[in-house]
Amino acid sequence: MKRFVALYLALDASTSTLAKVAALKHYLADAPARDAAWAVYLLAGGTPRRAVPTNELRALACEAAALPEWLFEAGYAATGDLAEAIAYVLPDPEDRLDEPLADWMEQRILPLRALDVAARREAVLAAWRGLSADERFMFVKLVGGGFRVGVSKLLVQRALSEWSGRDAAGIAQRMMGYTDIDTPPTAERFQALLTDDVSGARGGQPYPFFLAHALPGEPAASLGTRADWLAEWKYDGIRAQVVKREGQVWIWSRGEELVTARFPEVEAVASTWPDGTVVDGELLAWLPDEAEPAPFALLQKRIGRTKLSKAILAEAPVRMLAYDLLESEGVDRRHEPMHVRRARLEQLGIATSPLVAAEDWAGLATARAQSRERRVEGLMLKHRDAPYGMGRTGNAWWKWKVAPLSVDAVLVYAQAGHGRRANLYTDYSFAVWNRAPRDAADAEAALEATGGELALVPFAKAYSGLTDEEIKRVDRVIRQTTLEKFGPVRRVRPSMVFELGFEGIQASTRHKSGIAVRFPRMLRIRDDKPLHEADTLDTLRRLMAVGAGGGTDGTEDLADD
Amino acid sequence: MPDLVTRRPQGLYCEPGDFYIDPWLPVARAVITHAHADHCRPGHSAYLAHRDALGLMRARLGDDAPLEGLAYGETRRIGAVDVSLHPAGHVLGSAQVRIEHRGEAWVIAGDYFVSGAGDCNTTCAPFEPVRCNVFVTESTFGLPIYRWAPQTEVLDEMRAWWTDCARQGKHALLMGYSLGKAQRLIAGLATADVPGPVLVHGAVARLNAAYREAGIQLPEVETVTPETPFKSLRGALVIAPPAVQDSRWAKALGPHSDAFASGWMRLRGARRRRSVDRGFVFSDHADWPGLLSAIAATGAQRVIVTHGDEGALVRYLAELGLQAQAFATEFGDEAHGVEAEA
Repeated sequence: MKRFVALYLALDASTSTLAKVAALKHYLADAPARDAAWAVYLLAGGTPRRAVPTNELRALACEAAALPEWLFEAGYAATGDLAEAIAYVLPDPEDRLDEPLADWMEQRILPLRALDVAARREAVLAAWRGLSADERFMFVKLVGGGFRVGVSKLLVQRALSEWSGRDAAGIAQRMMGYTDIDTPPTAERFQALLTDDVSGARGGQPYPFFLAHALPGEPAASLGTRADWLAEWKYDGIRAQVVKREGQVWIWSRGEELVTARFPEVEAVASTWPDGTVVDGELLAWLPDEAEPAPFALLQKRIGRTKLSKAILAEAPVRMLAYDLLESEGVDRRHEPMHVRRARLEQLGIATSPLVAAEDWAGLATARAQSRERRVEGLMLKHRDAPYGMGRTGNAWWKWKVAPLSVDAVLVYAQAGHGRRANLYTDYSFAVWNRAPRDAADAEAALEATGGELALVPFAKAYSGLTDEEIKRVDRVIRQTTLEKFGPVRRVRPSMVFELGFEGIQASTRHKSGIAVRFPRMLRIRDDKPLHEADTLDTLRRLMAVGAGGGTDGTEDLADD
Repeated sequence: MPDLVTRRPQGLYCEPGDFYIDPWLPVARAVITHAHADHCRPGHSAYLAHRDALGLMRARLGDDAPLEGLAYGETRRIGAVDVSLHPAGHVLGSAQVRIEHRGEAWVIAGDYFVSGAGDCNTTCAPFEPVRCNVFVTESTFGLPIYRWAPQTEVLDEMRAWWTDCARQGKHALLMGYSLGKAQRLIAGLATADVPGPVLVHGAVARLNAAYREAGIQLPEVETVTPETPFKSLRGALVIAPPAVQDSRWAKALGPHSDAFASGWMRLRGARRRRSVDRGFVFSDHADWPGLLSAIAATGAQRVIVTHGDEGALVRYLAELGLQAQAFATEFGDEAHGVEAEA
């Protein structure tokens, strides 16, 4: 594990791509294949299941460091990272365990899940006694299910390619599905990444997804002739790839997780396709006899369930709308023009996302304006002659989303962030007025005397959208205006107004405000807006009446592309 | 008996002596623990500090500043109290202020360095615990996540990084506060068997001179000038204040790797925000075990905690059975926090 920790530290410390690739190549040249197999798995985004519950880790850390729980928690709040907090509070190691990464993963870490609490306690404490601070950090990351590092899968592929002398696109192709949670890496699987076999069409192996860029500005200005482009709705579901080969169906999520068992209806439909068919599309909750897919909320309810009961299958049936055909008759079709691939899809009789028929860009803009009523996020524009690319490359696919809904809201609570944002207040809660204040004095009086009839009602949390400079500035204001601290959370004297954007808005019984917004984020700081001009609950209710789409709360989008 | 030291809007105040300790607003008489800007502010009518700090203070306050010096252990009667200064180990001339009045002793420690690993600051008089009834302590690193590794280990890491830079044909730019930190780095790194020459920023050189005047032996190092031939130097280590990061001054070094030495580099988030190639955990403040041992060594039954994570330390001391409370001060608090360790 020492070698892998050194690699992690080098990747974590460096801000240069070149240095990161060099560190990766250095590691690959040094490590035995079964260790390299795990390193590539972990760095390319593979996440082993949590082997030890977080509360057990915390309790064990308090025990091993002889600290009261509250004091450990205070340290955790300062680091913003559990693994870091544990690594630093533990007493110095007593002995040194120096075992290969693969042994750590297979013999010490993965088995922890199945142990009873007492045996797990012994195993974790023994590991801590034998590891340095940096190694403990890594151990906690690996057992806690939160391992992440600042390299992209693309960078790992580039290093593999430069180190092995194989073509990077071939490695990317063979790496699809490599990080699946249920298939631990082995030396054989690792070596298979580096073979010359480019067919890739074995078993359930998917293709790398092609991703779209957000369209800057209006299409008329940048895309040329309308006739060169196919327009589709940008559905709000889960992007997926369905592979039918050798009489079997595999469904892959955009995150390259195998999710076949979770969508039996889709599996059933795909099992009727001819062998050697691979389709890219969107999984959508869709009620029978409805013209439009159901709101994302329903799909979310379905994917939240671990067991698929008859009831949930009936309540939230899922179907797939195909976007693209990657393989047919066992032949890779990705190099063919988009319109040819679409024609093949239709020939196969696979339900395909309809084209939006508008003669010109102006007509398309009119169609796009109906996105919210249709519960879609906007339009996708794809060049009709473009091949199916790899990753976010080229300029053949554009997403032309509708502008987010927005309100001006007041910052009322703040919490420190994690990782790079540890110790900085970056996660904010926002509120709107329960009625419009008459003037500045009215608002001021309401802030002075709590419990009056005019009040700020928190309704959303957001942590993205600001630049580092802006975060620093807001952080300073938060520290200066703190009224109360509850653990890592601070209540502040309201002084800042933000324009908050979100994708959808719905009534919610789980939120005090009675309202839940989807994907809230900060669009800008409204220094020009005094507090009393921030929006009200009524503003939100009016938006709710207009915007039909949206989920029950602001959880992470599963497949936004 | 009323408290000997209380917090007033101007700073910590000793009424029977009618003076302030490290006040943040102008006052008639100030006793200064050390020369860092957040403790030694301009505008007071009279300053009393350790004599080794006077040169540093004059550089900050001007030649006309009304300064007066004391030796460590020397007692001065001010009003109705006896005041003496004792080594704090933080920077040159840093002192704990002991105040005795009618048989009760208070010690206001200012910033001090003592670590659980047993290190002390070799570029100034090392921290000495002083017995007292009430101890006023800092808590810049008042959480158990802050435990400093032995200083020699960290210096070895720095040397390994420097050697690596030299091997790659780069210079090594090591940033740290020019008063105190830089001198510890020079003392620890400008030794025999090093991969290249050691140079310092002009601001560091000026403070080095003050250290040497006070009789501290620092290795001879060159000062960077616009004429410094970085192109022909091999594997230089350049010690400079943090302000040079990404500046034109730093660009003149040519190819180099940069690093920052501070206790805050313990935090990965802070390290990444700094966006330097390396962060070394190297502080002039006490770590958590250091704070606890320093507090215990005073024998004080009452402890008042100032700037830093005072809440956690106060609660922990209270759980140990001490009478503990906090003073809200305007010393380098968390508002500058991660960004500036004074």
